[in-house]
Amino acid sequence: MIAELGHFALVLALGLAIIQGGVPFYGALRNDERLEAVAAPAALTQFLLVGLSFAALMHAYVVSDFSVLNVAENSNSNLPLLYKITGVWSNHEGSMLLWVLILALFGALVAAFGNNLPIKLKALVLSVQAWTAIAFLIFILATSNPFLRLDTPPLEGQDLNPVLEDIGLAIHPPLLYLGYVGCSISFAFAVAALIEGRIDAAWARWARPWTLAAWMFLTVGIAMGSYWAYYTLGWGGFWFWDPVENASLMPWLAATALLHSAVVMEKRDALKIWTILLAILAFSLSLVGTFLVRSGVLTSVHSFASDPTRGIFILVILCIFIGGALTLFAWRAGTLAPGGLFAPISREGALVLNNILLSAAAATVIVGTLYPLALETLTGIKISVGAPFFNLTFVPLVVPLLFIMPFGPMLAWKRGDIYAAAQRLMLAFGITLAADVVIADIAGVPSAFSIFGIWLGLWLVGGAISEIAFRVKLGTTPLAESWRRAIGLPRSAFGTALAHAGLGLTVIGIIAATTWGAESIRSMKPGETLELSGYALTLDGFVQHHGPEYDETTVRFSVRHGGALSGIMEPSKRTYADRQTSTSEAALKTVWLSQLYISLGDIAADGTTTVRVYWKPVVTLTWLGAIVMALGGLMSLSDRRLRVGIPKSARRSSPPAVAPAE
Amino acid sequence: MKRRGRKQRRLLLIGVAGAVLCVAAGLVLYALSSRIAFFDSPTDVVTHQLPPGTRIRLGGLVAQGTLVKQPDGHVRFDVTDGRTSIAVSYQGLLPDLFREGQGVVAEGAIGRDLSLNADTILAKHDERYMPKEVVDALKASGRWQETANAPAGNAVTGPPMNITPPVTQ
Repeated sequence: MIAELGHFALVLALGLAIIQGGVPFYGALRNDERLEAVAAPAALTQFLLVGLSFAALMHAYVVSDFSVLNVAENSNSNLPLLYKITGVWSNHEGSMLLWVLILALFGALVAAFGNNLPIKLKALVLSVQAWTAIAFLIFILATSNPFLRLDTPPLEGQDLNPVLEDIGLAIHPPLLYLGYVGCSISFAFAVAALIEGRIDAAWARWARPWTLAAWMFLTVGIAMGSYWAYYTLGWGGFWFWDPVENASLMPWLAATALLHSAVVMEKRDALKIWTILLAILAFSLSLVGTFLVRSGVLTSVHSFASDPTRGIFILVILCIFIGGALTLFAWRAGTLAPGGLFAPISREGALVLNNILLSAAAATVIVGTLYPLALETLTGIKISVGAPFFNLTFVPLVVPLLFIMPFGPMLAWKRGDIYAAAQRLMLAFGITLAADVVIADIAGVPSAFSIFGIWLGLWLVGGAISEIAFRVKLGTTPLAESWRRAIGLPRSAFGTALAHAGLGLTVIGIIAATTWGAESIRSMKPGETLELSGYALTLDGFVQHHGPEYDETTVRFSVRHGGALSGIMEPSKRTYADRQTSTSEAALKTVWLSQLYISLGDIAADGTTTVRVYWKPVVTLTWLGAIVMALGGLMSLSDRRLRVGIPKSARRSSPPAVAPAE
Repeated sequence: MKRRGRKQRRLLLIGVAGAVLCVAAGLVLYALSSRIAFFDSPTDVVTHQLPPGTRIRLGGLVAQGTLVKQPDGHVRFDVTDGRTSIAVSYQGLLPDLFREGQGVVAEGAIGRDLSLNADTILAKHDERYMPKEVVDALKASGRWQETANAPAGNAVTGPPMNITPPVTQ
């Protein structure tokens, strides 16, 4: 009964989305405010209905209603409650429903908090948002209905895939989807602007917070997925250049470029056409990502061809939205007035260079992800594009981007002075170079690139600190004056600095863990000791444990550092009888920012165990950096001036359009 | 005056963008021409008599009864497509799902006598999924049974991987 309610709610949501996509749009074309006003309540109700539907599916999972096919296939009554709930989006149907729920959520947020948007723009934005919702609601109802019933319900469900029984499933997909789908709002804003034929700095101010929010979620979502893969796959790696990962990296790169170009548009009324194009591309790449993951095309182009309904359906959605938006762009972009002039050496110029490099880097990821698929579809030739490809293409484009990053915020708008900027960065340059030399002296130099990479990371952090120091005139005025200035500084300035410094931390983490790390593989008998990077790991023994669905063999290691016991690590192997699979659970020990990592191979009958141990110096910075980046985004988002329509603070004397903020 | 400034700046912008794109395209083409490991079946390796040192991805089944594990962590096994077998040697941990009779993709360099020194081993992910190269190789050699081995069409939402991670040396 409740499952049917969920199904009906979804159908109702589709009906409402059709109204929301049609009536306000017609109203906007005819300038009829009464019709335009339909958009907001429709968006809110649509969110309510999709939410009801999602709650119904979740209820079926929580009470283990195995008469629902989706529950029977992906859950089990023995699962802990957390995995029953996360099981909802562990599968194709449920995750598409989550996708649409988040789409509706963003629509509802615009409806609820967009009170200061011009009513026509708001109506158009919500209409475009509804078109996306219509497409995906039809997709779910026609090809991926999660509420299908079974005639003869089984007594027990088939269980959740053991790899997915992890807290990571609770965190990673929802965050990633918030990021993916969040891009739909900037897309809707872009299409609305093209339809209206009017675009100005105010548009950027309205659209940018949504982009910023989506970007934050995408950043954290990607980082959490990376950490999940790192600890669960037992391989010690955290980024594999797998197409599924690239699918999330492509929209992230586009959204990052969009954030920066929208700043130019907001402050200087320039780069308008390019910003619109980026907004379209960012969401297009999200759709491509959804298509890649959901169509089965990655498993095999042949499996895509043998069960084509879903894949073809998403492909059609993809073509309509991307093709439609780009056609609209080609048709209408010419009508948008060109923006302000600026010298090549200026804040705008730096941001343009940022955009060029980011776009080129994104293009290499797109080629590396799609070219093997295209080649196999067209010629049947199979190639594998992995880390070597991306090291050769992506990295050379990102390195100059990282190098110039600290210069950007130091340059003035319109016409900047590169020498003055370089002078302000001299101190940071000197200190980071000295720190780099010290690190090389202490830790050794595995390769020239690794020591250069660490410097790049330090340089980003140093540059971010220098920027704040310069803006508060640290050292050139009395400390009290600097403090007063720091308080007066817009939050978005701290946001920029935090985000840039966070990227620096991520760079340091990646380079240190991949080039300074150590690893060792050995067969060990109980009582034997393995030494790695100053740690001595002794295999103490085995503990058998019978879990609800699996049998687990835990191997106890005592870890000694400098002779003193510093901890116990317990990696394990689980055997799932029902699914005839086994998984290895790695053990991690965090020492400051670094990690010791043990994963198990085979355990022979006589207790001889194949053990793989990694030492990953400052590896946690890789993910902590991403969190710092997102905090930077949050800081920027909390800046009053970004929130549309909130009365300007009376304290602030300078007009907001002049003060630099990003 | 102002008009000329705009034109010059636009030219500069196009120049820089073009240059970066050219560099990117050049890098992509270079990477695609040189570093991609092509996929081969054991029969391909024998028929083409690939020279030692060639990097390949070899796909097939782990031949029954050929797996030998040495105490130092060294592993030897044969990969077969039903017609031809290639001996593979590998140092390191095998993936959880590595078993005799199951699909495998081994990546590495051809040694002497057409053997393979693998540095990466990929095994199939779960009971329903098999690396697509293996499926195709088995189909090509006529050993594919559609119902028994059909790969799952949709990958589940999971850690961003659809195959068991390669265990790199």
